[in-house]
Amino acid sequence: MVQYSAARLDASFAALSDATRRGVLEALGHGEASITELANRFQMTLTGMKKHVAVLEAAGLVTSKKIGRVRTCRLVVSGLADEAAWIERYRQRWALRFDALDQIVEDLKQRESPDVRKE
Amino acid sequence: MSGKNETVVERRSDRELVVTRVFDAPARIVFEAWSKPELFQRWWVPKALGVPLRACEMDVRTGGGYRLEFGLDAANSMAFYGKYTDVTPPSRIVWTNEEGGEVSVTTVNFEDQGGKTLLTLSELYPSKEGCDEAIQGSAAGLPMQFDQLDELLAELVG
Repeated sequence: MVQYSAARLDASFAALSDATRRGVLEALGHGEASITELANRFQMTLTGMKKHVAVLEAAGLVTSKKIGRVRTCRLVVSGLADEAAWIERYRQRWALRFDALDQIVEDLKQRESPDVRKE
Repeated sequence: MSGKNETVVERRSDRELVVTRVFDAPARIVFEAWSKPELFQRWWVPKALGVPLRACEMDVRTGGGYRLEFGLDAANSMAFYGKYTDVTPPSRIVWTNEEGGEVSVTTVNFEDQGGKTLLTLSELYPSKEGCDEAIQGSAAGLPMQFDQLDELLAELVG
């Protein structure tokens, strides 16, 4: 199986205590697979499998890439090759936060604009 | 309003991650949104992350402390805490992150650029391992129990 730090694996499995999701991780440990292949393997609907994959992605265990109509999933493994992917996830989290901050900043600017100033 | 400004991340060394972002407002306004707890908690945990902020105590001044607690209830929550080691309005906030085994230091600089602000946030870890863990673990590190993940998912997938 792929190399994970033991602690991280424990934490991830503790969080993801679901047989299907564990099965998906195990399946992806043997190689990439599309959502359709995974859905077939676990006898689920595409929608159901998409949800499971999204949960695994949110936990940082799986990444997926859409090429044409096919979304291919793979296990996230630690190591240099994947650092770029990790950093991208890290960046996305900050981008999400900063987009929310934009809203607050915009509110504060409105408050300060001369038209609405009360002093 | 123009489009969103780009968030850029650079791993500057084994131990340091640097995030930069421009905001279309003067530094004093961006600083205010970081230093007033009632404003800070409106953006620090975007709704899309799906994990509510249960408690938010911030004494934003040099030597002050903070404590943020995330989660749906007391049993499934996670606390983040530390001290502000340098608060210089409107240009700089530095704090420690003490909830982990190793203490990391976050430095935020607000550089006024004629009505805009270049924000530079640096996270400095005491070791390469700590830095690696932060990049890899921060998604999984949120207190996302299974049900919470499912809720998040419902929001994402609709």
